[in-house]
Amino acid sequence: MAPPRRRRAHGRPRGEGYPRRVSDPAVTPRPAPPGAEPDSEWWLTVLRADGLEREEAVARLHELMLKAARFELSRRRAALSHVRGEELDDIATQAANDALMAVLSKLDDFRGASRFTTWAYKFALLEAGVKLRRRAWQEREVVLEPDAWTDFAERGGGVQAELESSELLGELKTAIDSALTPHQRRVFVALALNEVPIDVLSERLDTTRGALYKTLHDARKKLRAELAESGLVEPNSDESGRSG
Amino acid sequence: MSASDHRNDGTLERVLGPTGFEVTCEQCFELLDQYVDLELNGADADAHLPGLRAHLEGCPACREDHDSLRALVVSDGS
Repeated sequence: MAPPRRRRAHGRPRGEGYPRRVSDPAVTPRPAPPGAEPDSEWWLTVLRADGLEREEAVARLHELMLKAARFELSRRRAALSHVRGEELDDIATQAANDALMAVLSKLDDFRGASRFTTWAYKFALLEAGVKLRRRAWQEREVVLEPDAWTDFAERGGGVQAELESSELLGELKTAIDSALTPHQRRVFVALALNEVPIDVLSERLDTTRGALYKTLHDARKKLRAELAESGLVEPNSDESGRSG
Repeated sequence: MSASDHRNDGTLERVLGPTGFEVTCEQCFELLDQYVDLELNGADADAHLPGLRAHLEGCPACREDHDSLRALVVSDGS
């Protein structure tokens, strides 16, 4: 079954140009989730079909994943000017392959809250983004010592320079030293001050983006509470909030 | 410098992240496609999915993922 020409729903008349449901009695797809748009239903139907129809749908989905991965690559090319184009193409292809596997394994998770293509794109963009961030930082050192604050303060740089100009650096340093655990200090300094990409740090520390962000969130809350006592920042507004 | 001067410092607020409720990175990824489609359909995405915008403000990686997804979907329709 050839995929229909796709039309965007945003700001356009609905119904025209959308695919038809698969009606071949030899195909017994599961029904699409209620509320899914027609193009989403088409994707779910053909990806759950058998034989050649599914093969063609998977190939078409891989094209979409590759398109998204190359889109992400084009957005990051400036930061990757030191990397050969052939290697970047390989990264995009690998990201598309990994995203395809992720989408196919998670088809039952799609609930039709967005268009299927929007849902699928995010997997390719995530895979490509993570791989490209890590590649961009591959030759760069990441200081992970709990006392890296000292190095940071001496080295200077973007965030540090901005804080120093408003004389807040000392206040922040005191709060970091007194309120944070060594692990929180290590993560906060790397992510918030040295602006190390979280996917780079997760690789170096062998952990996940979510786990690192939880640590960052907890550190931020502690620092904000400390600095708010001095009237330097707004206080936390959600003491029961969580992060991750 | 007075406390009120410090309070106006945007860099420190940015370093310390959002003050209120925010979703996790995992929840952000789970909801990101819905959020983007809501945005592009002109709906109030923040009202539908509270805590996601705050997370995007606090997490540069998720914000980049959002910006890329939104740009890609927009480019699809152009």
